[in-house]
Amino acid sequence: MGKKVALTGNEAAAHAIRQINPDVIAAFPITPSTPIPQAVAQFIADGLMDTELVTVESEHSAMSACIGAAAAGGRVMTATSANGYALMWEMLYIASGMRLPIVMSVVARALSAPLNIHGDHSDIMGGRDTGWIQLIAENSQEAYDTLIQAVKIAEHKDVMTPALVAQDGFNISHAIEIWELEDDNKVKEFIGDYEPLYPLLNTDEPITHGAWAPPNWYFEHKMNQLKGLLNAKDVVKQVGKEFGEAFGREYGLYEAYKLDDAEYVIVAAGSVCGTTKDVVDNLRENGVKAGLLRIRLFRPFPFGEIAEALQSAKAIAVLDRVSPAGAQGGPLFSEVRSALYDTSTRAPIINYTYGLGGRDTQPKHINSVYETLKKIVETGKIEKQFDCLNLRGEWR
Amino acid sequence: MAEKLLNWDEVLIGATIKDPGNSKSYETGSWRVERPVWNPDTCIQCMFCWVYCPDSSILVDENGKMAGIDYDHCKGCGICVEQCPTKPKSLKMILESEAKGKTLKELRKEAFSK
Ligand code: SF4
Ligand code: SF4
Repeated sequence: MGKKVALTGNEAAAHAIRQINPDVIAAFPITPSTPIPQAVAQFIADGLMDTELVTVESEHSAMSACIGAAAAGGRVMTATSANGYALMWEMLYIASGMRLPIVMSVVARALSAPLNIHGDHSDIMGGRDTGWIQLIAENSQEAYDTLIQAVKIAEHKDVMTPALVAQDGFNISHAIEIWELEDDNKVKEFIGDYEPLYPLLNTDEPITHGAWAPPNWYFEHKMNQLKGLLNAKDVVKQVGKEFGEAFGREYGLYEAYKLDDAEYVIVAAGSVCGTTKDVVDNLRENGVKAGLLRIRLFRPFPFGEIAEALQSAKAIAVLDRVSPAGAQGGPLFSEVRSALYDTSTRAPIINYTYGLGGRDTQPKHINSVYETLKKIVETGKIEKQFDCLNLRGEWR
Repeated sequence: MAEKLLNWDEVLIGATIKDPGNSKSYETGSWRVERPVWNPDTCIQCMFCWVYCPDSSILVDENGKMAGIDYDHCKGCGICVEQCPTKPKSLKMILESEAKGKTLKELRKEAFSK
């Protein structure tokens, strides 16, 4: 039986890693994810896991060591944040291109400059096209649950693609929440043993990893890789269901919160969704048909399912915890709006940037978004397609 | 050996290679700007060139002796010439453009007669 614990999001990730007990972890400390490898090191020192913890001199080396260990045939995990994730950049593409099912816990944080160690999605959104599966958790429980699922998803024979599970820096990573820690053996049983496809260490069947592909081969390999990533969508669904059967908490591609008949809909990802749910509850009590679509699987983006889920909406606001950086809206906005382009109901849709560098987002800010959506439906006019939440000075 | 070009859904996952040694079918010699020419008359069979060649392009005969250059794979880096200890050197670099259409014998004569 699982037991209720009051621990931080980082500790949730560390306990998931302890129970998964991977063969190798190579990690370099960076705020706010440092407590994860730190706790893992303690678990190893206490004899609670027998993982080989490789301490390296940078995140580039951390991911490189993970790639080597995974190619050798090990089950491999790591954790990072922000600039550390950015330093892995080159190796992220190599991990996904080599189809190594590494699982990484990312505690999402702002990227410098200006230097800031607090939460936002600049890191994970910057790496959204590195070919990794990206799952974004709302809270500690989901960060824990999803890391366990991610092992099964990444290692699935039709997928064989690395996966990251993100949780929001500080909002989740350093906040103590009550969540359910499952039984060690039950988790082990759920993920099962890892049987690598082509381990380098199998000398009976020699294999080359990391060879080069000239122009007459590269394209085919990249499209083969894409198929593996796309296959993850069905596997995420299937594993989320299996997880529900085993532990009583089922997960899908996204979470629909009072969405069925919702007219005013917010689409967001991460910890802000907790605040949004509270606001939705309040609005519903007052007869306002508010709803939330929480993105859980961001890569591969389940565009068909998400467009379908937004069909009842009369107006939509997408919240991005990252600067659009010159694009027509943030990454979530671009995906959602693009998904809706192919459907008959194309509700007016607006975009907000919020929470950069740990900026607080409170119920009153979320409330103002729903107010704006109501106004759009009443007047039929969008005044601002892009705006900021809780920014000093009006954005124009 | 001509390689069989596979479709995207036929290639091995992660661009892994199951048949070791298939780099033999990739002729890196086509990149060459200069080629080493070998002079068996002054060669002392020290095998330095064989040790240092980064592309395993020094041919060795059944008696373990230096037997020439594998021009299908030699990239023309010149390391073998650099390492050759004889005076004068028993390997010399020649521009590909000047080697064109000439036999090995003619090339040797040109390179080492002076
Ligand atoms: S030129 Fe370079 S590649 Fe060619 S035989 Fe000499 S050392 Fe090898
Ligand atoms: S290095 Fe020079 S002398 Fe030695 S084997 Fe090669 S060609 Fe002959």
